Amino acid sequence: MSRPTLKLPGLLKGLGVTIRTLFRTITRGAHTVQYPRVKESPTPRARGVIALHEENCTSCMLCARECPDWCIYIEGHKYLAPPRRPGGKPRQKNALDRFDIDYALCMFCGICVEVCPFEALFWTPEFEYSEPRIADLLHDKSLLGKWMETVPEFEDYEPGAEVKKAKVPR
Amino acid sequence: MSQVTSPQQLAYIAGQAADARVNIELETEGMTLNIGPQHPATHGTLRVIVRLDGERVVAAEPVMGYMHRGYEKLAEVRTYPQVTTLVNRIDWLGSFANEVPFILAAERLMEVEAPPRAKWIRTALFELSRIANVVLFLGDMGVQLGAITPVFLAFRDREFVLNQIESVTGGRFHPNFDRIGGLKDDLPKGWIEETKGVLDRIRSFCDEMETLVAGNEIFQSRTRGIGVIPADIGLSYGLSGANIRASGVDWDLRRDSDVGLAHGELDWKVWTHPDGDSFSRYWVRLQEVREACRMVEQCLDGIPAGPIMAKVPRIIKVPAGEAYVETENPLGVMGYYVVSKGDLVPYRVKIRSASFNNVSITPWLLKGVYVPDVISILASLYFILGDIDR
Amino acid sequence: MNTLTFAIELAYWQQTTIRAIVGLVAVLIPAGTLVYLFLFKMMSFMQSRLGPMEAGPYGSLQLLAEVGKFLQKEDVIPRQADRVVFKAAPFVVLISTFLLVLVIPAGPDAIFIDIDTGIFLALAVSSISVIGILMAGWASSSKYSLLGGLRAAGQLIAYELPLVLAVMGVVIQAGTLNVQGIVMAQAEGEIFGYGGIGNPFIFTQFLGFLIFLVAVQAELTQPPFDMPVAESEIVTGYLTEYTGMRFLLFFIGEFATAGIFSALAATLFLGGWYLPGFDPSDNLFNVIGPLVLMGKVILVAFLIFWFRFTYPRFREDQLQTLAWKVLIPLSLINIVITGVLKVLV
Repeated sequence: MSRPTLKLPGLLKGLGVTIRTLFRTITRGAHTVQYPRVKESPTPRARGVIALHEENCTSCMLCARECPDWCIYIEGHKYLAPPRRPGGKPRQKNALDRFDIDYALCMFCGICVEVCPFEALFWTPEFEYSEPRIADLLHDKSLLGKWMETVPEFEDYEPGAEVKKAKVPR
Repeated sequence: MSQVTSPQQLAYIAGQAADARVNIELETEGMTLNIGPQHPATHGTLRVIVRLDGERVVAAEPVMGYMHRGYEKLAEVRTYPQVTTLVNRIDWLGSFANEVPFILAAERLMEVEAPPRAKWIRTALFELSRIANVVLFLGDMGVQLGAITPVFLAFRDREFVLNQIESVTGGRFHPNFDRIGGLKDDLPKGWIEETKGVLDRIRSFCDEMETLVAGNEIFQSRTRGIGVIPADIGLSYGLSGANIRASGVDWDLRRDSDVGLAHGELDWKVWTHPDGDSFSRYWVRLQEVREACRMVEQCLDGIPAGPIMAKVPRIIKVPAGEAYVETENPLGVMGYYVVSKGDLVPYRVKIRSASFNNVSITPWLLKGVYVPDVISILASLYFILGDIDR
Repeated sequence: MNTLTFAIELAYWQQTTIRAIVGLVAVLIPAGTLVYLFLFKMMSFMQSRLGPMEAGPYGSLQLLAEVGKFLQKEDVIPRQADRVVFKAAPFVVLISTFLLVLVIPAGPDAIFIDIDTGIFLALAVSSISVIGILMAGWASSSKYSLLGGLRAAGQLIAYELPLVLAVMGVVIQAGTLNVQGIVMAQAEGEIFGYGGIGNPFIFTQFLGFLIFLVAVQAELTQPPFDMPVAESEIVTGYLTEYTGMRFLLFFIGEFATAGIFSALAATLFLGGWYLPGFDPSDNLFNVIGPLVLMGKVILVAFLIFWFRFTYPRFREDQLQTLAWKVLIPLSLINIVITGVLKVLV
């Protein structure tokens, strides 16, 4: 078929590229990091794990309903809170018994965080929560509350944006 | 045209190949070889049954479906935001580009238009996902042909693009960022400057690839004149994207159809190549990455100020109707045909994926080529299994 | 070894044991060094990454870790494979490597056998590996392996000729087939009357050196000539069915052969164990000769592996075209020019 020509320049220039990369790695270091000795932190918006701010949750079940994988398990009960002023009606409130997210099923789409009307769910870039047993990947209410400590503040926007920066409740 | 696809011959091949365990058949008339589904060369689980005569291919047939995940059926029971999440995973290398035609089709049904700021940022992310996708191809074609270094350089430089996508959307591979009426969130501060720095890296990567791979005489002698697709044959098989532009057809949906992205307001050109061989497919994609860098730069310079999301209700119910939108995705032309009956969920979503048609030309194309050229041709056609099988 | 005077008298069996150990070391040390330096580190640095870093300081013990890994793998032989031939194939390939190391000198007296047809023996013995590869390809009873084995047979036999013809130029210039004699000719030669650095044949036999390097690349089935082992097409070709320790034998064999061929190239073209500035018959060279040779091996191997990591692979017919239509005529021209100049100058 086609005969290999002996025009050399292309071959030699290709050698130049590899030798240049070699020297660059020797002098300026590689582009990789030696995890777990060196850890790079992902961007603040990275979708690592979901944190729950329990005070805001009213167990409206919107997140459990919208989840494409049905990996959020919510149980709650209604109770009567004392009236706001004496002589009024007792208020009916929702109490959250169980709020579990199964990270073995979760596909990290973020729909639950987005549809929550009460700003109770937040993304955090924390990603080192792998477990030796799959059952331990079901994060319960207290663990989800602990992830709130890793939630970063929302970033400023580029100039020209009309969106207002939200605040993370602590 | 070809007498390959007579049912008896195919049945014979299939029968031979179905039994392709380790057996040594020294038939002098031909050997049936199974390339795949577990094979380093096919991008995923594609199976190509070839019938060989010595080292020449007599007949070839691709068998798809090993990765079928049932997207169109799943879409019938998922709400629109959930389908957007699913659809990310069709062409997983340039994943933002999968969401765009679907969202545009839904917006057409809802008669909602995204504000200009959202349109421009959508275009920038669309072209960034094209860069991420095709950069991998540039390195990957090297490794299919035996040069092991370019693919590492490709992954290295692709990381920067993925980091930029992650800064905006939160996900490197599955952004899930497009919404009916606009985008989920706005750009974080400093993103535009960082992305321009990343584009410089991609440009220097393109120069490296041009020297290391495209300029290499060995690579050229392996790809020039191999796998020539004449323009009319390519069009009749439904090829799209860089595959058909490398055969000289000047057709690009970004320029030729106005779907609601900002391509009409940018200054860019469509690259074609007159030969239809593997080398021209590589070359056209190399130029397209450079062109995409220019486009992203113009987008970043020209993003207008304004809201990021149009006024849409919280719970989205798309009115009844049907809409078909196709866009020029990194792999080719991708289209979504959305039929809605006024529900929360679409009634039917038909996905026209680019790679399915791109692979369909293999029986015609692989006749009479050597076995090493089979790999070179399949690599140059550049399909992603998720795109073929959905 | 039998001309070296020892302070103590060694019995014959003790000398044989020492020779066996030294032979083993002479093959394995270059193999290990090349694997670490070039495969693990140089390839990684060319790809902007660091390579193995965990096993030992800077990953230097990675090869030992790999040996341990291969040792504990299951010994799988395909059901329809020819068992005897399958098991014997790696050893046949290794035989040629060990036989090659017999004639390469590491010092004026540090040579296993000092025979007058040393080069002839080396070139003859290097062809044995072809049989081993064919055995591996056939006995695996798999279509991929068979394809790889047939490709290998064609390629290796085709590239034997440029290898031999390139060496012919050196032999003509040195005037002897004795390898020690070739080293001495380079050590004691002069370039246009200047005897400071001797006369390494790389200057006069530059064309021969290039042809030799290309032919060695093909003999080792390294890219750009690795059609038999085309990883992304036929999944390592004739090696597909080999797992565990058998694969390790092939792997170490490949790198050992690379080391030995580089040593041959260093001996023929770069001056072997000789370092300019010293008297060639100095006893010092018996000590530092191996180190000097090792340094030159690393230099030549650097070139071989640099080409390996940069270039894609040739197709089989392009490979054969290169051998028959380009390299053989060039090497014949080289021989003619060398012969003419040897007589006239």
